[in-house]
Amino acid sequence: MDSFTVRKHYYPYVSPFDPCRPMQVKQYVTPPNLYINYQPPNLPQFTPREALRAGTLWKAFYDPYVSPYKQRE
Amino acid sequence: MWIYEKKLQYPVKVSQCNPMLAKFLIEQYGGADGELAAALRYLNQRYTLPDKVIGLLTDIGTEEFAHLEMIATMIYKLTKDATPEQLKEAGIGDHYASHDKALFYHDASGVPWSASYIQAKGDPIADLYEDIAAEEKARATYQWIIDMSDDPDINDSLAFLREREIVHAQRFKEAVEMLKEDQGKQKYF
Repeated sequence: MDSFTVRKHYYPYVSPFDPCRPMQVKQYVTPPNLYINYQPPNLPQFTPREALRAGTLWKAFYDPYVSPYKQRE
Repeated sequence: MWIYEKKLQYPVKVSQCNPMLAKFLIEQYGGADGELAAALRYLNQRYTLPDKVIGLLTDIGTEEFAHLEMIATMIYKLTKDATPEQLKEAGIGDHYASHDKALFYHDASGVPWSASYIQAKGDPIADLYEDIAAEEKARATYQWIIDMSDDPDINDSLAFLREREIVHAQRFKEAVEMLKEDQGKQKYF
């Protein structure tokens, strides 16, 4: 099995007549809350200082977002 | 009753003069999936939800107003020193014609906020599922704004707000689990 990621992608059909340069890969987000039903006890935590920056105390829910378009450039 | 702390939930810094970003950010101010809609939705639904999840909606609804304040600060900073000419170039000349630099509850296309964006069905599962969907839509909106923004400081604040949407969606999902009353059965799904 591939290593797990919350970023998924697919390869849409590309027509030879598409007017713009095709985006061969389309990406979408499946945030971590999708994989955790009821939060189990004793999950690893950030330090309070890190948590204030991250927006969550829980490492399992931390999901930094980088624009896929900026990655492409 | 509320107690107001005169500071933002997370710092808002704007490093580039880019009034066009304000046009996009206002989607999260007065748009269908924006922070105003979120706050009013939760703080209203909570009256007719089962006791054990009311507190959650009070907490999240209150936090949404803190987010609203952050979005307002971003929009204000991006527009306060812009000339009418710059606002015209940024595509918000129509906003200026009606409001000057004042903020107003409308979306990125200028459609005024409407209570029809939110619902209170009285059915706890229907309401909580709407809340989960609202959080995921707000998360997506933050992603699309980050995609269009080159301002690292604004993006830092937007990343924080996006993360809070994820946490809120998680807590609403847990509220659904609580209403299923599977707790205490030592059953981890």
